[in-house]
Amino acid sequence: MQNYTVYVPRLAPKKEPFAPGHRACVGCGEALAVRLACKAFPPNTIVASATGCMEVISSQYPMTAWRVPWIHALFENAAAVASGVESALKAMTRKGLRPADGTKVVAMGGDGGTSDIGLQALSGAMERGHDFLYMCFDNEAYMNTGIQRSSATPFGAATTTSPAGSHSIGQRTWKKNMAAIAAAHDIPYVATASHGYPHDLMAKIAKGIAVPGPAYVHILSVCPTGWRSAPDLSVRLSRLAVETGVFPLYEIENGKYKMNLELKKLRPLQDYLRLQGRFRHLSEGTIMEIQERVIKEYERIKEKAR
Amino acid sequence: MGEKVGIEASIAIAEAAGLANPDVIAAYPITPQTHIVEHLAEMVANGEVDAEYIPVESEHSAMSACLGASAVGARTFTATAGQGLELMHEVLYIVSSMQLPVVMAVANRALSAPINVWGDHSDLMAVRDTGWIQIVVENGQEAVDNVLCAFCIAEDHRVLLPVMIHLDGFHMTHVIEPIIIPDREEVQKFVPPNNYPLPLDPGRPVTMGGVGPPTIYPEVKKYQDVHLRSTKGVILEHWDRFARAFGRQYNPVECYRTEDAKVLIMMMGSMGETAMNAVDNLRNEGISAGLLKLRLWRPFPFEELQEAVGGADLLVVVDRAISFGGPAGPFCSEVKSALYNLEKRPKVTGFVAGLGGRDIPVVGFETMVCQGMEIAEKGGGEILETYGVRE
Repeated sequence: MQNYTVYVPRLAPKKEPFAPGHRACVGCGEALAVRLACKAFPPNTIVASATGCMEVISSQYPMTAWRVPWIHALFENAAAVASGVESALKAMTRKGLRPADGTKVVAMGGDGGTSDIGLQALSGAMERGHDFLYMCFDNEAYMNTGIQRSSATPFGAATTTSPAGSHSIGQRTWKKNMAAIAAAHDIPYVATASHGYPHDLMAKIAKGIAVPGPAYVHILSVCPTGWRSAPDLSVRLSRLAVETGVFPLYEIENGKYKMNLELKKLRPLQDYLRLQGRFRHLSEGTIMEIQERVIKEYERIKEKAR
Repeated sequence: MGEKVGIEASIAIAEAAGLANPDVIAAYPITPQTHIVEHLAEMVANGEVDAEYIPVESEHSAMSACLGASAVGARTFTATAGQGLELMHEVLYIVSSMQLPVVMAVANRALSAPINVWGDHSDLMAVRDTGWIQIVVENGQEAVDNVLCAFCIAEDHRVLLPVMIHLDGFHMTHVIEPIIIPDREEVQKFVPPNNYPLPLDPGRPVTMGGVGPPTIYPEVKKYQDVHLRSTKGVILEHWDRFARAFGRQYNPVECYRTEDAKVLIMMMGSMGETAMNAVDNLRNEGISAGLLKLRLWRPFPFEELQEAVGGADLLVVVDRAISFGGPAGPFCSEVKSALYNLEKRPKVTGFVAGLGGRDIPVVGFETMVCQGMEIAEKGGGEILETYGVRE
């Protein structure tokens, strides 16, 4: 990890379809994840975006951070818009109304736009088999509107709508398993990724776009503003999420699980939690409970990958 | 020239949309619209229409898929009704604001609760301000003709706005009528290819749907209004072109026996055909009655309406929707506001009738005219006057 700043800029493609100069917060892991994902795009890519942080920071009139065709309509319909884009490309290419230039379609949304309000549109688009990649940039709450809990917020995290208090431990539900939900649609490619592992992330984006039919990549994206963490720790936190087993990196290709980084020994959960203000109210007992669950879930995925 | 056939209006609309050679059709079933998308599915399945047919999981996604497809430059068609139109409501504003020429047939249906699949204009009124061009038709032939015109209007580079064709659910969608379906060659000649000027294209990247802060939003909205109003001339141009090609003329306000009429009855949609009989009967009884039918709902034809009202003393407006707790008939209140500043304006009496598919017979329109005359003579009247509603 110490060599992150040495190797990544040298080995990653130089192109920047997601241009610098946007309005993301200092230390935004999501903007870093989007930047890396865009580097993996093939030459002709159209992006359909949901409402959220990435849309707001990148598109305020009269400026844009997008050097690829980009469209945004609503919070919950990125996958449906993408299915329209994909169908139009298909029909118009077939009818000779546009060149057969192999244009690819990518949709993107945050965890709220994906696992809550946009889940129906995403499920529909995956079920119908459109040839597109959906990227969920998961920063584990509605950060754009001011850190409200979503179904992707982890157990115990304090948000503005799941605050910690004398009668509350914060978020009372376990994080929704979006990768499993995507995989349940029997789509050819599902993966988890992290901006702490840039080459793994870029490879998965490229693979998801290349595979015919729907693909889904779930990217944990550190949010210093919402996680109450130091902005210079975003990359370290993203790696700690993987090293503690909180966010395992794996792929599900045609239903078959594969661990991309199988750890012999998980780091203690506390290494990850103690750097984040959103968990600081947690008691020893609750941390133990989460630790047990993390190990159990990690083992479960390992088992599937065997 | 196409042949006149006995055909259900929904099937005829699908035939017309198919003849226009759409690239993408998004469809979700809802009564009373379903026959339209069913028949389109059939035509795609049989290879008669070369289009991508997206069987979406909701109306919200139907309009969202149309939005995405239209942004790539595809000719795009969908149809819906009632609750479905309500579910796509927020997407409608975006499609018009982004100037995407989607064409949609709306089988007008009452809104729940209680659930009611039959025809009225509650859904139509709810999408009044969405920025779409909206044409209200009266029978199957008008629906077919205006679906063809809609593609020409929407995709015209002076317009680039989505178009809704409103037709009354069941009263029209499920009625078999004699309808002339134009020939493929005629349609090809009449509807030019879509050539969207600024599509999503990797060769020329554009950002669509960015954030509009207070420094620009009001200008965008003013432009939208000025632009929608300015399309009236182009709509008339395409209607005239249609008349020259097919011999059937459409106007923003259709007049029937309005010459020297002292009392006019006015409405939108399928009620117009029944009301024509009522006007004939009233004339036979010596009442100087005439009929106005509004064809172009948005942009609203202010000048044409003012002219059509002419020297009448009384205008009786029939609404098929209620503005609860407000001015009762939403159509009537629009008509009133269009006439208010005229130096000489008729008295206006509004009725709400035919909600949730309740039939209005010929005698119903005669009764409304006579009651309207009584109310106008006495002055006043209730805010909500209804016809055919049990007390």
